[in-house]
Amino acid sequence: MSDAETRVVVVGASLAGLRGAEALREAGYAGALTIVGAEPHRPYDRPPLSKAVLTGEVAADATTLPNLVALEADWRLGAPATHLDRTRRLLTLASGKTLPYDRLLIATGASARPWRDSAQAAFRGVHTLRGRDEAEALRRDLAAGPGHVLIIGGGFIGCEVAAACRTLGLPVTLAETGPTLLARVLGQHLGAVVGALHERLGTTLRSGVKVEALEDDGTGRVVRARLEDGSVIAADVVVVALGAVRNTAWLEGSGLAFDAGGIDCDAQGYVLDAADAPDPRIAAAGDVARFPHPLYPGRRIALEHWGHAVAQGRHAGRLLAGLAPEPYRDVPAFWSSQGGITLKSVGLTEGADGFCIARGSLKEGRFLAVYGREGRCIAAVAFDCARWLPAYADLIAEGAPFPPEPTGVDAGPFTVLPPDFPEPARKDRS
Amino acid sequence: MTDVPEPAASPPDARHSAGGLRVTVDLNLCQAYAQCCYAAPDHFVLKGREALHYDPAPSAGARDDIERARIACPVQAIRVEDAGAARR
Repeated sequence: MSDAETRVVVVGASLAGLRGAEALREAGYAGALTIVGAEPHRPYDRPPLSKAVLTGEVAADATTLPNLVALEADWRLGAPATHLDRTRRLLTLASGKTLPYDRLLIATGASARPWRDSAQAAFRGVHTLRGRDEAEALRRDLAAGPGHVLIIGGGFIGCEVAAACRTLGLPVTLAETGPTLLARVLGQHLGAVVGALHERLGTTLRSGVKVEALEDDGTGRVVRARLEDGSVIAADVVVVALGAVRNTAWLEGSGLAFDAGGIDCDAQGYVLDAADAPDPRIAAAGDVARFPHPLYPGRRIALEHWGHAVAQGRHAGRLLAGLAPEPYRDVPAFWSSQGGITLKSVGLTEGADGFCIARGSLKEGRFLAVYGREGRCIAAVAFDCARWLPAYADLIAEGAPFPPEPTGVDAGPFTVLPPDFPEPARKDRS
Repeated sequence: MTDVPEPAASPPDARHSAGGLRVTVDLNLCQAYAQCCYAAPDHFVLKGREALHYDPAPSAGARDDIERARIACPVQAIRVEDAGAARR
């Protein structure tokens, strides 16, 4: 089939969708290209939404991403996809319009996991944070000078929002069911280091507590949270930061293998149907794609990382252009910025049976930790120590022995400690 | 079909029509050498040891400063585009 007769549809006006569309054009695809987005916005950059947008340094609408190549695309924004018919090769939008496709890129991403009680979630002052409009709504409430902010959930978003609140001088409590902040990703040992950072910044930490209910003032404005032990925390702004669910509900009836954790893909990046057979017309990329990674065998992973959305988006674009690229195997990497500290990670810590401090020290607040599993390096995490990280990314890509061999610049010999992940470990919460 | 925009498409915001720039920094690559902060101090600031804060939507008048910053980056983590270019 010539390009002139081919129709490519990208579902998801996201970072992964945009970079995928660009890669498709760069690979020489000259046919029709339609980009469908659930939100009314052009693709935008998410990392500032939990940081500089909340403090007012960067306007929410300044996060629009540049197109790196001319797309000549037909943009359908504010038009959520609602149904996929793979037999007729038709995508249905919320308006009822249908779009025929020959090849499809699924990059619908994820949404913030909502508060479990929908009536409480609807109280004024209760927020989740994933999209640009959510960030703008939270920024407005924070700028109004609330008396007390409560953040539910000590993952990366919760930590970054807490740091932004402290930058604004707002009183803030961070409530976490786990033993420390970031315990599922870093383990309790380094999670405690992050906790100490936030306490120094002035955040009140409540670890090992469960928020039972949010309560309003009788007019629908949140005023407090009630904990499982019966105690209350007064709060006029509440941020629910309990992770993400993948945007896959629209695939109901498509025959593809999906759930709230993502859509299953093969090693090439093609989506799988319920019988595990790939659909060679459809690829997925970014947060929504659950794929086998050669560095982490025995399971499929879905990554919510910025660099992954770029790299896997580009991979999927080349795949749909017919370039048959090598299976995707980029080493996972992300960063977080909290209260002036930059935390960067390569690899995945999940399943680590030990870690060691390979550079710097906890005492000086600047260090690099290497995580190992069954004698191999699987991840490295740097606290204000970014320049060392690329060298360790290479060790992880090679599956080098753990603990790492002390080199000319390493401090070694290294003391291996247990990372102390809480039980049960939850998957892919990075 | 490719020529007809959906009516629901959002209008380009004012930043685009003003001929501004779009800047993204790959903060996975950034190693806080701070060369951008010296080249364009109004648009790149290092907070703490390694946290780079930057203006993602500078005005067209900042073009020379931004370009100097882009070139100065030892790890080539900065991308700059005209906001109005390649929009379709």
